[in-house]
Parts: sequence; C-alpha cells; structure tokens
Amino acid sequence: MAHPTIRLGVDIGGTFTDVVLETPVGLTSTKVLTTYAAPENAIIEGLHQVCKKANVLPNQIQQIIHGTTLATNALIERRGAKTALITTEGFRDVIEMRTESRFEQYDLNLTLPEPLLPRHMRFTLCERVDAHGRVLIALKRSSVETLADRIAQMGVDSIAVGLLHSYLNPSHERMIRDVLSQKLPDVAVSISSEVSPQMREYERFNTVVANAYIKPLMASYLGRLEDRLRSEDVAARIFLMHSGGGIISLQNAADFPVRLVESGPAGGAVFAADIAARYGINKALSFDMGGTTAKICLITNQTPKTARVFEVARSYRFKKGSGMPISIPVIDMVEIGAGGGSLAHVDALQQIRVGPESAGSEPGPACYDQGGTRPAVTDADLVLGKLDPANFAGGSIPLNFENAQAALTKQIGEVLAMGPTEAAFGVTEVVDENMANATRVHAVENGEDLSQYTMIAFGGAAPLHAARLCEKLGVARLIVPPGAGVGSAIGFLRAPYSFEANRSIYMRLSNFDTDAAAQILHDLRSEAVSFVRSCDQDTPILSEFKAYMRYSGQGWEIPITLSQDQAETPRADVFQARFEEDYANLFGRTVEGMDIEITVWSVNATTPKQDVAKISPTDGPDRIIPQKYRPIFDAAQRAYLDAGLVDRARLKAGQRIEGPVALTEAETTIIVPQSRDAICQPDGCIDIVLKPRKV
Amino acid sequence: MDHQTVEYQVMWNRLISVVEEQAQALVRTAFSTSVREAGDLSAGAYDTQGRMLAQAVTGTPGHVNAMADAVAHFIRRIGRDNIFEGDIYITNDPWEGTGHLHDITMVTPSFHAGRLAGFFACTAHIVDIGGRGFGADAHSVYEEGLYIPIMKFADQGRVDQTLLRIIRGNVREPDQLVGDIFALATCNDIGHRRLIEMMQEFDLADLEGIASFILDNSRRATVAAIAALPPLSAQGEMTVDGFDTPITLRVKITVQSDRIITDFTGTSAVDKKGINCPLVYTKAYACYALKVAIAPDIPNNAASLAPFEVTAPIDTIVHAVHPAPVALRHIIGHFVPDAVYDAFDKIVPGLVPAEGAGCLCNFQVSLRPRTDAEPPQTARRSEVLTFNSGGSGARPELDGLNATAFPSGVMTMPVEATEHAGPVIIWRKELRPDSGGVGKTQGGLGQFMEVGAEEGHEFDLQAMFDRSAHPARGRRGGGPGAATTITRDDGTPMRTKGKQFVPHGARVAMAFPGGAGYGDPADRNPEHVIRDLARGYISDKTASEIYGLSAEEIAETHAKVKKGDVI
Repeated sequence: MAHPTIRLGVDIGGTFTDVVLETPVGLTSTKVLTTYAAPENAIIEGLHQVCKKANVLPNQIQQIIHGTTLATNALIERRGAKTALITTEGFRDVIEMRTESRFEQYDLNLTLPEPLLPRHMRFTLCERVDAHGRVLIALKRSSVETLADRIAQMGVDSIAVGLLHSYLNPSHERMIRDVLSQKLPDVAVSISSEVSPQMREYERFNTVVANAYIKPLMASYLGRLEDRLRSEDVAARIFLMHSGGGIISLQNAADFPVRLVESGPAGGAVFAADIAARYGINKALSFDMGGTTAKICLITNQTPKTARVFEVARSYRFKKGSGMPISIPVIDMVEIGAGGGSLAHVDALQQIRVGPESAGSEPGPACYDQGGTRPAVTDADLVLGKLDPANFAGGSIPLNFENAQAALTKQIGEVLAMGPTEAAFGVTEVVDENMANATRVHAVENGEDLSQYTMIAFGGAAPLHAARLCEKLGVARLIVPPGAGVGSAIGFLRAPYSFEANRSIYMRLSNFDTDAAAQILHDLRSEAVSFVRSCDQDTPILSEFKAYMRYSGQGWEIPITLSQDQAETPRADVFQARFEEDYANLFGRTVEGMDIEITVWSVNATTPKQDVAKISPTDGPDRIIPQKYRPIFDAAQRAYLDAGLVDRARLKAGQRIEGPVALTEAETTIIVPQSRDAICQPDGCIDIVLKPRKV
Repeated sequence: MDHQTVEYQVMWNRLISVVEEQAQALVRTAFSTSVREAGDLSAGAYDTQGRMLAQAVTGTPGHVNAMADAVAHFIRRIGRDNIFEGDIYITNDPWEGTGHLHDITMVTPSFHAGRLAGFFACTAHIVDIGGRGFGADAHSVYEEGLYIPIMKFADQGRVDQTLLRIIRGNVREPDQLVGDIFALATCNDIGHRRLIEMMQEFDLADLEGIASFILDNSRRATVAAIAALPPLSAQGEMTVDGFDTPITLRVKITVQSDRIITDFTGTSAVDKKGINCPLVYTKAYACYALKVAIAPDIPNNAASLAPFEVTAPIDTIVHAVHPAPVALRHIIGHFVPDAVYDAFDKIVPGLVPAEGAGCLCNFQVSLRPRTDAEPPQTARRSEVLTFNSGGSGARPELDGLNATAFPSGVMTMPVEATEHAGPVIIWRKELRPDSGGVGKTQGGLGQFMEVGAEEGHEFDLQAMFDRSAHPARGRRGGGPGAATTITRDDGTPMRTKGKQFVPHGARVAMAFPGGAGYGDPADRNPEHVIRDLARGYISDKTASEIYGLSAEEIAETHAKVKKGDVI
C-alpha cells in the first residue's frame, strides 16, 4: 500500500477531544468537548470540522491514529467490567497486600487504595510452578471446570488469570483460558503470561487485572467507533496509540487495552521527539504543563526514554506508591501536580506550598471570576504581568486582575507580611522550583546532565514557565513549537508502528547460555514483529534489543541496549562490557568482583521513524523592535522590567526579538525573560536562546 | 523589595530535594536487601556546626534522630582543625552512628570557595559485617562483627587502603561491602555538588542565613504544635515477648509549653540477647511516634526534633551501652511507638491508634543440601531474608491497615523474587481472617505464611517474631489482635525467636499478628461488618457473636457473594 497521505490524529482527553487532519498541504486541527457517554460522537464532530476546514471528504481519509484517556479514566474512576481473578492457592490477596508498606510515613490516618477487585471476586486453584518454571503441583482440569461453574453463577464479563511464575511457564494459565473459553465463551479472558510476562507477582497480577477490568469497555467502545466511522463513510483503517509511543492495530488494542493507558501523554513525548528530529537535537527534555499537572520526559537521540513499569491512578498527592503499578512498556515520564490551576497556600511552617490540589475549571483560579477565592498559579502569572487580562484564551475568558491580587494578598501576603507582587513571585518560584526539582531528580536517576539538554515546551501553561525552568536547570535552549495545544494528537501522526515484547528470565553472566540467550531474543523478536506486521505488511521492521542487567545482589536493574549483532550472537564478555559502560555512566564507578545477571529481556519492533524534513535553523538576523510594552516581573532579576509585546502570528522566519518580551497567541503566552532572546524559525517554532555575551 | 523570604523558601525546598536525590542514588546501587527493598537508609545535609538542615524521608524512622546527632560526633572525634577538602569519614559505631554495626554512616565535609560550608551524611544497612552474622545470638557487641570507630575513610582525597584491607579481611561479602561504602561516598558527593550549585545560584558565601531560616521556622512550628497540647503528664506501659523473658517498656510523657519529655524509667533491663537498643535508636522511634501524631508536616531537622526529649536510665533495654549486643535493636525499637501511645493517649485522647503488630515479622532461611539422605547434584547453600508485616492498629476513625508495617516503612519482597534468591518455596502468603482486633474500628489483619525448601534441601529458620504471648491490646473497648503462631506443618510447635532446624520435606506454617481494635464493637457501622464478612476478613462467628449480625443477614451476604454483587 502506498504511504497514506491523508491521516487523522485523534486524542480524547479529559476535557477536550483534539482532532488533527494531516494532508499533503499541512495540518488542520480542532478541539471539541469530550462526550463522555459516547466518546465517538466528539470524534465524528471533530472529524467533520477539520474535513470541512481542509476541504477533504471523510472518505478520503486513509488512516486514523487514535489515543485516549478512556482506559486510564476507567481505572481511576473504577468504571470497569464485573471481573474475577483466578490465581494460585495461597496467594489470593497479592493485589490487596501490595508492598505491605505505607507510601506516606507521616500520616497516621493514611488509607491505601482499594484493589481493583474486592476479595470475594478473587479465586484460587491448587497448582504451583517454581522459580525454574518446573511444575510442583499440576493443575487439574476438573478443578478449573468446577471453578468456572462457580464463576458462571456470578455473571462476570471478564476474567483475569495470574499464577505464580507463569512468565516462565504459561501452561497452567493457558489451560485455564481453554477451559474458560469452552465453558464461558462470552466472557473475556486475560492471562498474565501474555499481558505482562514479567517477574514480580504484584505488578503482573495488577496488570492482568487492569487489562481484564477495562477490556469489555474498550472493546465495545472501539467496536462502536469503527461502526460509526463506517456509517459516516470513513473507510480508513484505525490504529491505536500505545503507552510505549508507537501504534498498534485495533484488534491488538482490544486484546491488550492496558497498553493504551497514558497514550495521550505518550503522544506528547512523540511530538517533542519529532521536533527534536527536525532540529537534529540529540538530547531533549519535553515539558508539558497544563491545568493540573506537568509532565517531563527525557528524549535522547530523538527517542523518548521508556520504562517497564509505571503507576496509574495515584491517589495521594501524586505520591510514589499511592497508585497501582502496571508493568507494560511505557514512555518514562515524571508527572507532578503543578499546573495553571494548582492552588497555593501557606502551611504551618510559614512556607508557600503549591499544588497538587487544583482549582480545576470550576471555579477555576480566582481571576476567572467564577467564585474562586484561593490563589492559583494562573493568578500569580496574571499579577506578575505574564498574562494579558483582556486576551486570555483568545479573549474568551476575561481575567479579573483585582480578584487575583485579592486572593494572593489574603491567602499568602497577609500571612507572610508580603505585598501581592512578592506573594505572586513566591507562588511562581515555588511551583517552578517544584518542577525543576522533579526534573533534576529524573535526570540524576538516568545519569544525564541537563546542561546539555534542549527543552521543548507545550501545553497551555508551559510557555509561561518554561524559560524560568531553563534558567533554574541551566538549560540554554528552549523551543516552543506551534500547534502546542494539540501536541499529543500531532504526535500520534508521527508515531511508528511498534510493539515491545519482553520476558523475565534470569541468567548470570558467569553461567551464560549463549544458545538460550539467542533463542530468547529471537522469540521475542518474532513475537514483536508479528504485532507490527499486522499493521503494516511491507515496510522494513527494525528491532531494538535490550537486556536489563544488574550486579547479583542488587534489586534495581538498568536497561542495556544491544546491537543486532550482539543480540544475534550473544557473548558474555560483550554483555559485561556493555553493562559496565552504562553502569559507570549512571553511578560513577563499577563494582569489582561481582557477578552480573540479566533479569529481563526485551525486543521492540518498530517501523523506521518517518523522514523528517530537517530545519536549517536561522540565527535571527532580522531584529524586531516591539511597538508595545508592559511591565512583566522577571524572576531572575527579581524586578518588573518593561517587556515588549509581540503577536506570535505576525513573526516571520529569521526574526529575532530581545528579551524581556511576551509573545502572545490565542492559546497562551510565551514569556522570554531578560536573559534570553527569541528567534522565529522557518517552521514557526519559537527558539529561545541565551543572549549573546556582551563583549 | 526584599525577596529573601521567597529565596529562602526555594532553597529549603532545594535542600530537601537534594537529600532525597542522595537517598535514591543509594537505593539503586546498594547490595543490601534491606536498603533496596526496605528503604533501610538515610541521607542528610548539615551546617558547619553539625546541625541537620534536611533529611530524606526513607523507609525507616529509626535513623531520624541518629542521623541528627551523628555529625556532631564526627566533628568532635575528627577535630575541627583536622577537617579538609576531599575528606570522607566513616563509622559503624552503634552509639555514635545509627544503633548497630550493620549500619555504615559516612560523612563528607562540603567546601565552597575554600571554606567549610557544611556536611553531608548518609547511612545504609549493609549485607554483612562479619562476626556471628545478623542475629540476636551474640553476647556482646564484640561478637557482632567488625567495629569501625569514627575515622577518616579518605584523607584529602586519598582513600585509606589499610582500612579497606582490614574491612575486606573481616567480612563475608567483601566486594559487596566495599561497593556499598563507595556508593555511600558517591551519594554524599551528589549532595555536595548540588549544594555548591545552589550556593552559586543564590550567591551565598555560607549557609548561616538559610540555616537560621530553616531552623527558626521549624522550631516555631514545632513548639506551636506542642503548645496546643494540654500541659499534662501521663504514664503508659506495654509488655512484649522478648527473647527468653518478657520485656516491659514503661513510659512517662510530660508535655511542657515548649517540649515533650519522654522518659523510660522502669523499663526492663538489657537483655542477654542482641535485641537491645542504644538510646539514639529509642529516641528515633519515640520522637517519630509523637511527631507523626502532632506535627507530621514539619520536615525533620535539628530544630524540629530538639523539642522531643527522650531519657532513659542506663542499662535499660532502651538505653543499652557498650558492650551490650544490639544487632536486632529494631525489635524493641519498633515497639516503642505503641508504648509511647499508651501514655500519650491519656494526654490527647482520640488521636493515636490502638496497638499493632509492632515489629516486623522477619525471618531468615538458611538452606543447605539435605543431610538425611544423598542430596541431588543441584542442591546448594543459600541465605534468604524476608520482610513481612502484621496488621496495624485501628485508628480512632479508620480501620487498621491489613498486613502493613507500622512504625517501620518497610516493603515486602515479591515472592517470585524471594524464590529466585535461593531454593526456598513460599507456599502461602495471604491475609489472616479474624486476626484484626474487633471494635468500632477494627485492627488490620495479620497474614499467613507457609515456607518450605526445594526438593533436596533442609534448612534452619531464624525467627524474629514477637507478640506471641503478648498480642496487641485494644483501646477504649476494642479487642486484641490475634497472636503470632508458628508450627511445623505436622503440628510440631516452634519458637517465635531463634534459629530452628526444619528437616527435608517439612514446611513451617506461620500466622502473623493482627492489629488491635478501637472502641466498642457494638458501635461498628453495620455496613462495614457486612463488607468484612463478604470479603472474608471476618468469620460468620465473629459477625454474629461480636457484631450481632443475624443469621438472615449472614445468609443474605453469602448469597450476594455467590452472585458477585457489589458489597
């Protein structure tokens, strides 16, 4: 099939459904309100809007790439199917006992999140596989049949199966699936050895339960969507964005819906990676700040960093451990409760605290004039002059400066004996510091030095805070792309077909089995490739090989990337050299005399990245002198400075403006502090660079 | 305009972030299971006087005060004139460090522009320190392993090779231990670099201004929280199993206008076995118990900890002095909060929970090829340590947490990971119904565990359990939690503490204790009783006899469970 040229990217978010149409001429986008009861309705409406704008007929669309928060929301809001879990006798409570610890030590009244399935929906069977994959107690088919009859009486829609050590030996899980599909043909079945064949029962069981829990809902939604599109004369094939930053077929998505969790943010990271590719930037930091949260992701060599496990539905101030772990390949993102709506207060220590509580859209920040009396980050931005009260959201929401000032004065200023400006400065500094700290910790965890990074910022609140974040992090360059409001949906259109297969199998380098290692990687590759082939029959497929390794005795493994040669003819000495190189890079030194072990193997099969038209960045030879000025508080200078005001839409490629300046647009405002200049690049990106040193 | 307040706030946040970063680096490089799985480590930043300015919140409160006091000991022992750029100091002194030889503490002076700016310290539990190995069997600290007095590990950048050779020659896993020591040093260095960056960014010559800001605000807030309490004094006590003889912790708490004094006069004497606590460790848990109750949001530092004064007579089990054996000091340490709450509840009723499982339900399995018959070729020796939790005590308005540690913050290891660590088989690990004390709010459930070995192996089980003869006591009419039990699968009784042989083919069945209940069971919300019955947290018998559910209600609940209804 010729490469499709008319494609639609659709991102269903919590508030808006973003739709982007790409044609050979360019991008057309729209935002429509998400229709919770029938999310496909918003898609159809958005589709017609962009088709009309771009003069394209719906039946000309060749491909639809879809990402959605529906899976995530179903988990957060517990709106999944009636589901049962079948597990090994003696381990009924794994998903309830969690890690047996409190994620917040300083709260006597801590409550732990309820497991997705209550205890009476969890059943056990007498069977056991050991840590070598050997069967200790064989599963009796008759016992499965008896249990199936019992579960049948409950009228469940979905069943999760998670047995101990099934990632090594899936035979018992498969037998259960066979019996269930005979006895309960209408019930969806998910088995852990397929959904997430990784060691660590709590994560794996939780993942298979989450998959089963949302499977009927997602299957029904995807089916309806396909029908609606057909009825609207759209014949395009539909693909789904997954959490690992690639796309998979509708059928695979319906089978493994847990892989759709966090697909929206993944699209944002892919969007940033595409910008990085355009500019040939090998170390990029994507920074996405919206109304309630900020998300940060490291992108090296134009590929977002990935992880094997993440947490969804954190229930306690975004705190690690307060959500449920899902072990699937995922783009590794730090999410913190910092956004335009984040509320500020003064605590018992006389310290300003910001977030994670958010004003939301009702009542919103105090300046929205909808009854909010507590100061939010947006209020502080307004008081500091960063926002134009008359031109917020294209003038659709007039901002009330007095309300913002009053909220800051009452809740912060009077408590700390500060004026409104200082209170506002305090709020923005604290929220920016919170984001900077989270970014620093993430960089250190990945052994990265941020001073070599370029930040790529998008999302409504990011352009207001990104440059200050760069100042704090010692990041010299910041790029604010156009279309940043629908970044995720654009990212979907840039994502390759990809699927990552992984499996836990222990192997020590001192006892390295060359043939077994080659076989494991070969099998994983075949599995991953078959998923990609189901999407695309002819494009060549690249395989990326990784072994997760550590010193024996450690509990935390690091991903070691292997070349195709290293994977096809694996050698212990090569694996060791690769491990030591990466370990030293992360932790500063290697440990002599210790054996090294591999715990997890993974292969990501992907179609090549789309060719990206490289931009030849201009250094902005044409100086623009702003016509209008407004005092804007410059955090680094600790003072109001007269900042220029320029309409972003009027900027032309090659034009350079000296900071301090505010570049205004309908969706947001880009703040360029005194330390930096802004250059408009040929693709419309605003390139914010350090001022040249004065001689 | 004076923006210093805002700057100081930012710097305080930064320092807390720096020490968290320090701690994270350790978690990921440490070889010790208790560090990486249990968060048994700590990291802190200090001013030039050795006052702690920030400390990472890690898995164990036991390091809190110990870390706060440690750096002052280092300054005194090393000598102010002897502190140079590039130095790194080390100790595992239980009394000047964090309570037992298995914790290594390292301190690094931080220099900025040639002047001493402050110190960084970190502590981690290490795999082995020689001696008799980790257990309660030693009769004195001399048998518990190698003792490293406070000394220089590196002198102006030069690592002491003699010290390294002595360490290597005295421990069972020298490569791992040396790896951990360097990891600790690296972790301080991360803190140092970030501190200097901060001082440059804010153009600071020293930390005096920010130190005063942190300490003044913390002191003020802590004293305000204490001043809000009734100025009363109350006594409490709690008895636990101990090793061979029961141990009574006796506590008197006195609330004054600007401090809380916790005194342990009347507490049992030091034990012959290594479950004794140096005072610094007792202080940590007493202080944690009070702080989490009345001032949980105030970060730990020298000023926020100082108003919590802890005293105990020398040679009580909570103030063991050299050369008492102290390796398993956590057992008593973990019970300190429950004892403190027995007294504090009389001063501020309705705030603190009922008693819980208290100390972690840890055990070590030492596996070896069977000796009663020819073992298979593949049989091997192996040591496997596990961390497990009983139930926590019911709170005044909330049930206790099932199988969740308190006061420790330790995590359990996945069963699959444990079984990869050695030829052990965990046959069962699940909640223990009816083990939570009854009450208006119910105690958290304990758990069942059943442990055996792979074919061809026998093993010793080193038990470190308590609350067998002394289960958690209820508060205000709540019932007790269920007691710890341990037997072989053939019914042979076993002891809750000490090393015990388990022959080939046998398994050990353990039931870990539940937390106690709070308030009169008659006041329990009937919906919660039905929910607990449906989930199997409580039996039909408890539902009817204690909570008064009728036979019809019980039958109806079981019918709903059968249909899979939402309950």
